[in-house]
Amino acid sequence: MNAHHQASNYNFAYLDEQTKRMIRRAILKAIAIPGYQVPFASREMPMPYGWGTGGVQVTAAILGPEDVLKVIDQGADDTTNAVSIRKFFQRVADVETTTKTADATIIQTRHRIPETPLRLGQVLVYQVPIPEPLRFLEPRETETRKMHALEEYGLMHVKLYEDIARNGHIATTYAYPVKVEGRYVMDPSPTPKFDNPKMHMSEALQLFGAGREKRIYALPPYTEVVSLDFEDHPFEVQRFDKPCALCGAEAVYLDEVVLDDRGGRMFVCSDTDHCETRRVEGHRGEMGGEAA
Amino acid sequence: MFAQPSALEGGFARPVMDAQAVFRTVMDAMARPARVVPLNPMVTPPAPLSPAAAAIACTLFDADADFWLDSRLASHGAVVDWLVFHTGARSAPKPVDAAFALVTDIAAMPPLDRFAQGTQEYPDRSTTLVMQLPSLAGGSEMTFQGPGIKGHASIAPRGLPASFADQWRANGERFPRGVDVILADAEAVLCLPRSARLVNAEG
Repeated sequence: MNAHHQASNYNFAYLDEQTKRMIRRAILKAIAIPGYQVPFASREMPMPYGWGTGGVQVTAAILGPEDVLKVIDQGADDTTNAVSIRKFFQRVADVETTTKTADATIIQTRHRIPETPLRLGQVLVYQVPIPEPLRFLEPRETETRKMHALEEYGLMHVKLYEDIARNGHIATTYAYPVKVEGRYVMDPSPTPKFDNPKMHMSEALQLFGAGREKRIYALPPYTEVVSLDFEDHPFEVQRFDKPCALCGAEAVYLDEVVLDDRGGRMFVCSDTDHCETRRVEGHRGEMGGEAA
Repeated sequence: MFAQPSALEGGFARPVMDAQAVFRTVMDAMARPARVVPLNPMVTPPAPLSPAAAAIACTLFDADADFWLDSRLASHGAVVDWLVFHTGARSAPKPVDAAFALVTDIAAMPPLDRFAQGTQEYPDRSTTLVMQLPSLAGGSEMTFQGPGIKGHASIAPRGLPASFADQWRANGERFPRGVDVILADAEAVLCLPRSARLVNAEG
């Protein structure tokens, strides 16, 4: 067996080679048709559906011994899903891992895009629960497939319009639909819409894996990704009143943390690596304590 | 069973790691079209199949992905035996039946629209062509735009069919249907996914 194997009963990166080839062929097709959902024969993985089996399969199919892997869950490197997937690949591929966005060659993510701009050569792998943006409007796969084939996306605009009619603004805040290169409407996975602009013309290759729904799709670098909107209701990202309470960062996505049962709360960076890096550099927010 | 015992030799020495390395090269090339990417083939196939084309075959072909060979390659029993042994894939009788096509005799190749184009619902059910060229440089210049390309990218592969520019534009008009092309010389590959738009062609 290969010296790289720590868990020597498994093939490198867990998947068998035939499965990897099937996924690799799907990835190449997905890259060639940006935003189109390629069906693939998703496998049972040693974790439940909903824990990122699609992203894990995509990562396993592209991962090599030279890669440096980062895994985030809602921006954090240290939550259960991120830790267990990172450990999984340490065990079955003996691959180097990191929490630093800039050091990673592959970043598997559940619903955030790192604040640090990604660079050419990096691959961002998304875990996707429902890949079909039209699914909650039209439950039949035969119909949604026809709608994509005919570029018939009126229903999606009706949905956004109904948001405006009811709430006075587009109330969709995550999994906000995008149009790719003027052709396919795509679900960006349940990332906050704050992250949608980062998909547009990103330097990194973005791969999306939906395990339960058995779909892979992709955005090559330098791809036009436009959030759907209306002329009189243009797309807007979330804004926060205050900077991060720990590192003072502005124009980043913040999580609300409840501090006590008397209404105390703080807002902190969702991207833990970004926050830690800034604090090491000496940045402090109002609750960040004194600089070391 | 095989016409020549050499069919058993010349595959990947480390199938898992070698296939991964070749795949990443091809994925990188597909994600950034019209750019020459060096490829270390790590295989020694029988002539006239080139090592680069053979490495792509060993990485992506298998029992679920049939291949079509042009008549020059198909006339070499050793090539067919080698591909069947090392990939487990079957040879498809017609271009339209194949997931992959290997082309060496460029002058005699069928037009791009003779290969599987996929359907409007399933545009992924199309053929990926691997075309063996004498060189990826020194030919007439073609400039592309599209996803994966920052601004525009120019290439000058030598040995493409005279009508390639017209065929490629027609391929783009069928989007999202259409074929994807991997051009390979001895030591590098260059990908043209169907999304790559030809904006200028010399001569």
